[in-house]
Amino acid sequence: MTVAAIQAVPSVVPTELVRGRGGGGPAPKRTVVAYGFWIFILSDIVMFSGLFAAYAVLSGNTAGGPKPVELFNLRNVFIETMCLLFSSYTCGLGALSAERREPGRFLIFALFTFVLGSAFLIIEASEFASMVAKGAGPSRSAFLSSFFTLVGTHGVHVTAGLLWLVYLVAQVMTKGLRSSVLRRLLCWSLFWHALDIVWVGVFTLVYLMGVE
Amino acid sequence: MDGDNQAFPDRTPGVEEREPTANYLSYTVGLTLAILATIASFIVSQTDLLWPPGIPVGLVVLAFAQVGIHLVFFLHLGSGSDHTNNILALAFGVLIVFLVITGSIWIISNLNENMLPMPME
Repeated sequence: MTVAAIQAVPSVVPTELVRGRGGGGPAPKRTVVAYGFWIFILSDIVMFSGLFAAYAVLSGNTAGGPKPVELFNLRNVFIETMCLLFSSYTCGLGALSAERREPGRFLIFALFTFVLGSAFLIIEASEFASMVAKGAGPSRSAFLSSFFTLVGTHGVHVTAGLLWLVYLVAQVMTKGLRSSVLRRLLCWSLFWHALDIVWVGVFTLVYLMGVE
Repeated sequence: MDGDNQAFPDRTPGVEEREPTANYLSYTVGLTLAILATIASFIVSQTDLLWPPGIPVGLVVLAFAQVGIHLVFFLHLGSGSDHTNNILALAFGVLIVFLVITGSIWIISNLNENMLPMPME
């Protein structure tokens, strides 16, 4: 631990008591909140696993309609993947800047994250719109129903993450980087990284295995 | 003591240690590895050089590798003793995901094989 870190931690209880297992009382609120949110993320991924299973089972049932290879544009998928990956990177750097109490840097990284996340959503929405325009909407076949459910649920999560980010930026600007705001930022960054992990499953199972 | 005055750059959920586990370098390394894994996935799915039946297996392996990269470099999940709670929760989640996905594929493909041929309407 550096000297600066010690000065930034005016602790009521001595450190060795806080770090003990049971001896120093309950774990810090930050630890409890982050662990609880980690459990939520895992349950969210379990929910996604149901949608993945439905897609894996139904992706061959095209009912005479368009097949995956006729619908997917891998160039767009690659751009989407890169958008999400770089937004995950800037999200991590933003969260790191917030932990280091650098609100200016945090806001810049939050802006990058928001722009990249929005770009992902815009590409996805235009892809959905062109598929529906081609008569390949969710009601066309079991394959398309499960495709729109899986990819759409991920898109809804990304939208929620972006709205949450706007709300957190407003909190940082009005309340500053106090510890309650930092806890929310920690939860949000976990959520955003988890969305990228789900997207790895989506582009592998849906797009790459669909067209090869 | 609710930890309201604590400031330490530690991005791992549920870990009490005060040593920083994250810095700019670790995120950049993670980003580079993830980009490489992504490009490899796209190349594997498009190339003619590989044995076609092996491609899905390769894609799954690359996807697992990339999820591992994300967990280690972005979520900072380590193997230290303080990470036991996180790892156990993750292991349980992975177990459920594995059961749901492979179980569904297994059962439904078995049903499809045993189904009597039906006239297409």
